[in-house]
Amino acid sequence: MRTLDDDHVRTIDAPSAEPETPAAPRRMTLNMGPQHPSTHGVLRIVLELEGETIRLAVPDIGFLHTGIEKQCEALNWQQVVTLTDRVDYLANLSNNLVYALAVEKLLQIEIPPRAQWMRVMMAELSRLNSHLVWLGTHALDIGAMSVFFYCFREREDVLRIFEMFSGQRMMTSYIRIGGLALEPPRGWQAAVGKFIRGFPGKIDEYEELLDSNPIWTRRTKGVGFISLEDMLDLGVTGPMLRGAGLKWDIRKSEPYSSYEKFDFEIPVFPENDVYARYRVRLSEMRQSARIVTQALEGMPEGAWHADAPHVVLPDREKMKTQMEALIYHFKIVTEGFRVPAGEIFQCVESPRGEIGYYIVSDGTSKPYRIHMRTPSFGNLQSLPVLLKDVMIADSIAALGSMDFVLGDSDR
Amino acid sequence: MKHEAILETIEAFSETTLIADPARIVDLSRYLKTQEGFLRLSSVTAVDWHPSEPRFEVVYHLHSLDKNQRIRVKCRLASAADGAKPQIDSVYSVWRAADWYEREVFDLFGIEFRNHPNMTRILMPLDWEGHPLRKDYPVHGYKYSYPSDK
Repeated sequence: MRTLDDDHVRTIDAPSAEPETPAAPRRMTLNMGPQHPSTHGVLRIVLELEGETIRLAVPDIGFLHTGIEKQCEALNWQQVVTLTDRVDYLANLSNNLVYALAVEKLLQIEIPPRAQWMRVMMAELSRLNSHLVWLGTHALDIGAMSVFFYCFREREDVLRIFEMFSGQRMMTSYIRIGGLALEPPRGWQAAVGKFIRGFPGKIDEYEELLDSNPIWTRRTKGVGFISLEDMLDLGVTGPMLRGAGLKWDIRKSEPYSSYEKFDFEIPVFPENDVYARYRVRLSEMRQSARIVTQALEGMPEGAWHADAPHVVLPDREKMKTQMEALIYHFKIVTEGFRVPAGEIFQCVESPRGEIGYYIVSDGTSKPYRIHMRTPSFGNLQSLPVLLKDVMIADSIAALGSMDFVLGDSDR
Repeated sequence: MKHEAILETIEAFSETTLIADPARIVDLSRYLKTQEGFLRLSSVTAVDWHPSEPRFEVVYHLHSLDKNQRIRVKCRLASAADGAKPQIDSVYSVWRAADWYEREVFDLFGIEFRNHPNMTRILMPLDWEGHPLRKDYPVHGYKYSYPSDK
């Protein structure tokens, strides 16, 4: 009688397509995911193993494909902001930002300095949020459980700040075309200041917890090598490249939203292993904290949205007293604003790498085509190279060091 | 930049767009990578201009780290008369990044890339019918994808 156990053994022991020769060790095909905890989402990887060594890794993505690019074509320009949140749900503000920047270029509207600085501050807070989630879950994967609690403690503070600004913890949609969604709330300086003053000390805590842990260092140093040439050829971006010694950060090379006015460094570590990527992200958190501090101290006064009544919703007060404001409000809410025909490609540095939005407008109130070049998609493509001839246990560390978000890769 | 495959150069919003001859895209790509230093293929996508012709535009975004420069290359593809999928050569031999990028375009637009190592769907289920990002594909889809609905 066949039992469930027999079946189970038979499926994972199924011989691979390659012919077996007596000299070659027997290969086993093992299915990792889509519900494996260390894949952080629904990623399936088909592994071909020789003993415990991975000879071939084939990623299978698309489980989280929700047709966001198609949906964008059915919404008006401002409504699409809510969808950009849901692409990369850990770096939603970076996605809001790149979309807003691209459409503003097409509309040719000028964003006042206060809104630009506020955007930088929010994007950096969102980078902190993303790196904290990464550090916590990555340490958890490798077996250092307490770091997870520390990281999520600080992440909660960041989410509270987001909630204070936008009313939402995760899907903030705070950066809109033409400026911000709402006026910064009363007392935001105190809230952000309190958090950011204490934060560098917290990074020291994580560093101490991990670097003094011999298991962590042994499991990350020298693990997960992939050559820089391979990475550039395969479309990898972000901290993976900076962990291989390439000093490239879009915030510096193609500054946007007045990043050129901030003083920060691009951390680079040449070792090109899991540990180097961890050092890069840890240093990036320190730099982000510097940027947020500068934004807090030097925040310009002035308007928080552009002077573009055909794009930005009018104040409630004006709507009640001025007829023009009421008309603009009606027009924006019912049909949306029109964006002149044209095409644009805008990049920003997200916590994971290069996000590029390619936007085509045909002059109507809905986008004709939006393509999202997302960092996780490019990064995941390097997985077969990264995992080749790696032990299964190391593959968990190597996978985690990529820091992908499946919503980002599948869209 | 001078190459016979470049049909037209457009400057807009301080971005450069090259309109290229689809038959010679691999030549041009190799030239841009080796001679002009565009080491990175940032993305490949397409735009469907249904019902006008040529219906499709395949759009490549290239990036040069040394020159800190980006460029867009576009190829216009007419739809085939008998409803067959339009075809263009794969640039996989120039940038390996094209592997997944082109598979995505194949999956969502139904444009076939010749000489691609694995021209299969990547985001949609393997047995999906139709190509969702085409303009004649409704936002709601044709049917639900559950097996019990068949």
